Amino acid sequence: MRVIKKIGEWFDHRLQLAVPIREVVEHPVPRNTASWFYVFGSAALTVFLLQLVTGILLALIYVPSAGEAWSSLQALNHQVALGWFIRAMHGWGSNFMVAIVLIHMAQVFLFGAHKFPRELTWIIGVFLLLMTLGMAFSGQVLRFDQDAYWGLGIGASIASRVPIIGPAVVKLMLGGPIIAGATLSRFFALHVFVIPGMLIAFVSLHVLMVLKLGINEWPMPGRIVKRTTYEAEYHALTKSEGAPFFPYAVWKDMFFAAFILMAIAACAYYFGPFGPTGQPDPTIIQTAPKPDYFFLWLYALLSLLPPSLETPFLLIGPVLVIIGLILLPFLSGEGEKSWKRRPIAVVTVLMIAITLGTFTRMAQFTPWSPHMNAWSGEPVPDRYIHGTTALERQGALVFQVKQCRNCHSLGNTGGQRGPTLDSVAVRLTQDQLIRQVIQGGGNMPAYGNNLSPAETTALVAFLETLHPATQSPARDAARDLVLSESKPKSATQP
Amino acid sequence: MTTNPVIAPSAGDTLSRRGFFMKLGILFNGVAAMVLAVPIVRFLLSSVARGQEKGYLSWVHLGDVTKFPEGETRMATFRNPFVMPTDGKTVDTACWVRHISGDQFQVFAINCAHLGCPVHWFPQSGLFMCPCHGGAYYRDGERASGPPERGLFEYPYKVENGVLTINAGQLPTPGDPVARLSAEKPSCV
Repeated sequence: MRVIKKIGEWFDHRLQLAVPIREVVEHPVPRNTASWFYVFGSAALTVFLLQLVTGILLALIYVPSAGEAWSSLQALNHQVALGWFIRAMHGWGSNFMVAIVLIHMAQVFLFGAHKFPRELTWIIGVFLLLMTLGMAFSGQVLRFDQDAYWGLGIGASIASRVPIIGPAVVKLMLGGPIIAGATLSRFFALHVFVIPGMLIAFVSLHVLMVLKLGINEWPMPGRIVKRTTYEAEYHALTKSEGAPFFPYAVWKDMFFAAFILMAIAACAYYFGPFGPTGQPDPTIIQTAPKPDYFFLWLYALLSLLPPSLETPFLLIGPVLVIIGLILLPFLSGEGEKSWKRRPIAVVTVLMIAITLGTFTRMAQFTPWSPHMNAWSGEPVPDRYIHGTTALERQGALVFQVKQCRNCHSLGNTGGQRGPTLDSVAVRLTQDQLIRQVIQGGGNMPAYGNNLSPAETTALVAFLETLHPATQSPARDAARDLVLSESKPKSATQP
Repeated sequence: MTTNPVIAPSAGDTLSRRGFFMKLGILFNGVAAMVLAVPIVRFLLSSVARGQEKGYLSWVHLGDVTKFPEGETRMATFRNPFVMPTDGKTVDTACWVRHISGDQFQVFAINCAHLGCPVHWFPQSGLFMCPCHGGAYYRDGERASGPPERGLFEYPYKVENGVLTINAGQLPTPGDPVARLSAEKPSCV
């Protein structure tokens, strides 16, 4: 024991770290911040450290070359002992990271922790969120498969829309005229050197400020933050009912950190690593690229926005969001902290969460994407053919062969891009069906040039059979009237 | 040692020796930074600058005209003219060739004009469909439906000695459709 103490003293005589470390560890925190609500920041830090370790491990095998990255991922998955597990930990770690960072942000906002004097902590946190998303996107690129390749194409297409400098930005982003070796190399540099370096610096500042300014006290309704008095009040609070951070508050952080690590390991073990999907060969187009889960909401948004709104939304939206997040602590730097007295804050968080959640959910089954193989793989259900005439069956064939199924579902199979047609005859009359097929409209292409009159007749005859047994097809009453009126006329005319 | 005099900041006209060297040192470092910045920035922007002077585009052979039957649309692949040693398969590019008749062609980029996903050709319905966000185009590349704001990107082409050649070499994107040479042809709006 004495030897260890001696060695410790030898080091501390030179490092002089014992006193500052003790101050950090024992600094008093408001007693009620030792809460399970206050564990997300340290959990994010823990996952960040996990990502550093697993990332370095992956770099031992991974080759950042467009020609070899994909096979090195295969080697990690199948050849190197437990390579699959490290990949899975890193991939699930990134999912957890994004989720925890978002939860941390929501909690901090709802507890008013962004208010005076912690504005800068919040702003640095905003940059940390952006960097986390940057890591998520660049990490998806390093998993250099089909999704990564076409995902880069999507990124380039978005970047190209920046006025004037768009084309230059694309070439800078891709490192050349196309998505190729230089693209992967620069995303490797971003993912492994640039962003992690910035993350380490910003995380250090973030944590330093938490220590210097103190952990946000539990918000009490009615305890108003004022720039003139807050710091004295906080100081008095930590004096009167403070407790040393270690071990009073830290044990909950430690428990939660361990729980998160175990959860990531469990997901990694049970669900395995993400991909890689097919080879990044641009001549293989049989693919429906999809982003990882944290960008699914964006994927949904891009298909649901009206085309004319898309570019302004993509270019101006993020700028407004970032400016808004940065200005937030200045706009509401004082006043109530408690969510119980901040209904707009609560509703805002709920709205954002519900919106992102809905878009993410929709992007999981992509109702806007045509099913490319539905026309050849998903036949018209038997019951729709049963007891039909030859013409109607011919129409069903046209329906199938002309790829209508790729966008229209029948009996719950086929695409969902267009409306389901199980009862289309109830909605549209014969004339309307013919017009819709030939001229298109809404979001449907015009098929006039690709259907012969005979095919159109057959197709419409088939579509007219699509109605529930209890409901008759839509009829144009005026048409019957016109026909009945014109008949006697034509009879009397000659 | 404790009586070290505090160096007074040079007040206006008087410039101390130390202050002078301090300023000279800053200037010297500024010059060094400029000297280093020029090659660093030029290196960083090399992929952009090349596009501006000379361009990445050049004429690429797609193959014999007979490979593309009249009235049909077929996929063709070509190797991107600008290649780096680590590119692997990524320089192999696909495109859709529509042989209208005789020497009349249309060569479409594989990339959807919305966000660059690979469009598929369906000869039966005469449509290109995109698997990502559901963009669709007619056989002549015009927008049919979905989120794209324009028709498919077209490569300028020429037929020389029975060989179909296109001007390619760059990923076409909505902001940079790479159709400079096809100015004489009416491009899709």
